[in-house]
Amino acid sequence: MSSDTPQVRYNDCVIRFANVNGSGSASANGMFAKALFRMGIPVATRNIFPSNIQGLPTWFEVRVSDANYLGRREGVDLMVAMNAETYTEDVASVVPGGYLLYDSSKPLAAHLKRDDIHEIGVPLAQLVLPEFSDPKQRSLFKNIVYLGVLSALLEIDFDTITGMVSAQYKGKDHLIQPNINALELGRGYAQTYLGGPLPFRVRFSDGVGDRIMVDGNTAAGLGAIYGGASVCAWYPITPSTSVAEAFEKYANQLRMDGDQRKFAIIQAEDELSAIGIVIGAAWNGARSFTATSGPGVSLMGEFLGLAYFAEIPAVLWDIQRAGPSTGMPTRTQQSDVLSAAYASHGDTKHVVLFPATPKECFEFGATSLDLADRLQTPILVLSDLELGMNDNLSEPFEWDDSRRYDRGKVLTAEQLDEVERFGRYVDLDGDGIGTRTYPGTHPDKGAFFTRGTSRDEYAVYTESPEEYHANMQRLERKWETAAKIVPKPEITNHGRKVGAIFYGTTALPMQEALDQLAEQGIEVDTMRLRAFPFSEEVFSFIEEHEEVFVIEQNRDSQMRSLLVNEGEIDPAKLVPVTYYAGLSISADFIRDSIADHYSATKRAQLTEVTR
Amino acid sequence: MTFVAKPKAHHPKLPKNELGLTRRDYEGSVSTLCAGCGHDSVSAAIVQACAELSIPPHMFAKVSGIGCSSKTPSYFLGNSHGFNSVHGRMPSVATGAKLANRELYCIGVSGDGDTASIGMGQFAHIVRRRINMLYVVDNNGTYGLTKGQFSATNDLGSTSKKGLPNLYEPIDLVSMALQLGASFVARSFSGDKRQLVPLLKAGLMHEGFAFIDVISPCVAFNNHSGSTKSYEYVRGHSESMIASDFVPPGEEITADYEPGTTETVQMPDGSKLHLNKLDADYDPHDRVAALAHVQQRAAAGEIVTGLLYVDPDATDTHEILNTIDTPLNQLNEAELCPGSDKLHSINESFR
Repeated sequence: MSSDTPQVRYNDCVIRFANVNGSGSASANGMFAKALFRMGIPVATRNIFPSNIQGLPTWFEVRVSDANYLGRREGVDLMVAMNAETYTEDVASVVPGGYLLYDSSKPLAAHLKRDDIHEIGVPLAQLVLPEFSDPKQRSLFKNIVYLGVLSALLEIDFDTITGMVSAQYKGKDHLIQPNINALELGRGYAQTYLGGPLPFRVRFSDGVGDRIMVDGNTAAGLGAIYGGASVCAWYPITPSTSVAEAFEKYANQLRMDGDQRKFAIIQAEDELSAIGIVIGAAWNGARSFTATSGPGVSLMGEFLGLAYFAEIPAVLWDIQRAGPSTGMPTRTQQSDVLSAAYASHGDTKHVVLFPATPKECFEFGATSLDLADRLQTPILVLSDLELGMNDNLSEPFEWDDSRRYDRGKVLTAEQLDEVERFGRYVDLDGDGIGTRTYPGTHPDKGAFFTRGTSRDEYAVYTESPEEYHANMQRLERKWETAAKIVPKPEITNHGRKVGAIFYGTTALPMQEALDQLAEQGIEVDTMRLRAFPFSEEVFSFIEEHEEVFVIEQNRDSQMRSLLVNEGEIDPAKLVPVTYYAGLSISADFIRDSIADHYSATKRAQLTEVTR
Repeated sequence: MTFVAKPKAHHPKLPKNELGLTRRDYEGSVSTLCAGCGHDSVSAAIVQACAELSIPPHMFAKVSGIGCSSKTPSYFLGNSHGFNSVHGRMPSVATGAKLANRELYCIGVSGDGDTASIGMGQFAHIVRRRINMLYVVDNNGTYGLTKGQFSATNDLGSTSKKGLPNLYEPIDLVSMALQLGASFVARSFSGDKRQLVPLLKAGLMHEGFAFIDVISPCVAFNNHSGSTKSYEYVRGHSESMIASDFVPPGEEITADYEPGTTETVQMPDGSKLHLNKLDADYDPHDRVAALAHVQQRAAAGEIVTGLLYVDPDATDTHEILNTIDTPLNQLNEAELCPGSDKLHSINESFR
């Protein structure tokens, strides 16, 4: 551990903290990541936590990368092992040559020793024993002491960390000095006994630029405020709860008229009620949304079918978690693609958006409300736990003040006066979209009856086969309109033979995987999907490539199925690459899956790709 | 049902309300329910109540779930928007609609299947939330559209048309509404328009959650001897506790009920509710006593009707949430969007 090791690696490592849930480690670990971010170093954080409040194992992983590789990488360079219960697996996850920081107040059991890693013992419990009398404080400050140790081992700027402590406890000033003392205690111990920093360290960087660090759920809630949502109804479910909480928090600051609120938020009795409230509010002309996860989407199915058929705007955020059923409620997955796209019985299908970054969550927070009003149909936004609940580096949020909400085809009283006979479902423009009115608009024009039963163009109940058929055909025309106006895919096309399709958080490790594949002579064009229904560009991209990998985080290759189904694509052309074990997909996994495909099939492309 | 369309022409002597409108201006399309259905009487009573209140006919939002009862919003207030939603979920749609525009009068019509079975959860929670609306249950104790199955409000031992007895305990929606905190609770009978119309008027003007359980016999499946929801049974076993008469602001009408102890309840908009207590000991502002009384009389085989409980100072969801007076659906970009300057400082907080 000498500081003059020739191969010092800066700003490129993975540090994982293993803690016990509810032990106060989250704030110390958060400060660690934030300190690196404040030093200008790109970082990604991943909270791997149990469905539990206190006592079970929890991990916090920080990926540090000047190269901006912010997806998950296999292997841990430095394990901060603070949970005896998970020692065995924690020790095993360290890369050969990596480091294990543990509390040496008790000796490490012999069976945990590994010859190929370095152990760093710090007697944390003993260090805090004389400093703090209260056992709870001892436990809390142990976290701050290891933060001090890390500041020395990784050369984190000490002023940055102490500055953060001061900011964190502003208003509780009596807590500042004890925290700084604890930091110094750890740092002093490391400097005295641990012999200098590790061969991988951090230093000031300009890698962050003007980016911000924020979780996707906060971004979604803020986006809904900027997009003009005035009604939010929700039911608590991990990992979506913080969307509604963010909306409420910011609305209480940004949507006030004196002490009165320019919004309404209802914590409903269940998901059925939540989506019912959203649909009722949107029917009556208020922009509204709900946030849920896979089980909630299942419950909301009937109402989503009603909103599709009766043509009522609604926005639903699905922060996906690992299914089926209750599954792994605190782990990430992209496994609601099909259940969202085709939610509800009958010939029902929905517009789905796939954000990949917090900035996109913010944008889609507003855009989804425009699309819902324009298309008079539910818009489902599929985020996931990885994006929703972890702090991600993101381009800053932007809002163009000249932007106007697209409220779609809604007639005012004056416009109704000009209309001879109002017909709610008459397709005047050939785009499949009728005109709406809000209740109470006009004394004797524009009222109509909204129903989930079949009706004619004038919203009158009918069982006429011709009327029913014509209505279903019009809904199909509306679907074609949707494909033209939903967000376009993000395509990089250099005319290569092979393509890769992905969406949402699978984008995070993609650049790293692509760079590593390029080193092996495998170069692929890419398309990041951003919406369903698929636009023409999506099918052109597939058409232009001989073989296309569809990379996603579910077992059944759901997006691949959707592509095959909607585009009548030869399934043999779309090669599934699926990871679904609950962590976020890693660059290593993508690289190896694609490379293995070539070695297994011995495809000629491997040597023929142009570089 | 009838296939004869209603003539458009009004009788020249039809009385006009303050807006110059007649009852016909508050009607809807022709009912497709069975001839003699109690629900059609309830719809007619709603038409009369709304017309007499002189509320502009387009200022209502009509919401319902699924079932015979839930079809009825088509049959009244044809110039209002209606929403026939999904089974048992009218309360959530009503909640959303009312949140979006607090100025609209909201009438929810549901049935005993729609409310007491599939919709029990939503019913309980809309009562708790205190949405300012009139919630009417057309209660016939049976599933009419699926041809005569028992519903959850059917009394133990009451028989089906084929003579089979109901084996399960009934759910009393009035007791539930009282227990859950509804600020206006009444029960009536579709066959007693004199009682029902004033109750509907008072319920509409009540600022808070108003619930009326209307026993409304099903002529096709639950109007036989052996049924406790038949016209004959209800007429023979109901007891009106309180006759009520709703009086709009600035008007004074004397109720044509039998003399008894009268009380006038001042409504927030200046209107009055005259209560004519047929039992001098009954206190319509005592929730606990009302609940006890309803249950005691039910145990004695009697159906208590009339206004059973009212809290004239009730609050509603908008007051609880402290939302602005302007309907949320009328806010524009300037009022809804915080703008880019605010966003810059929000970005800064994430650095």
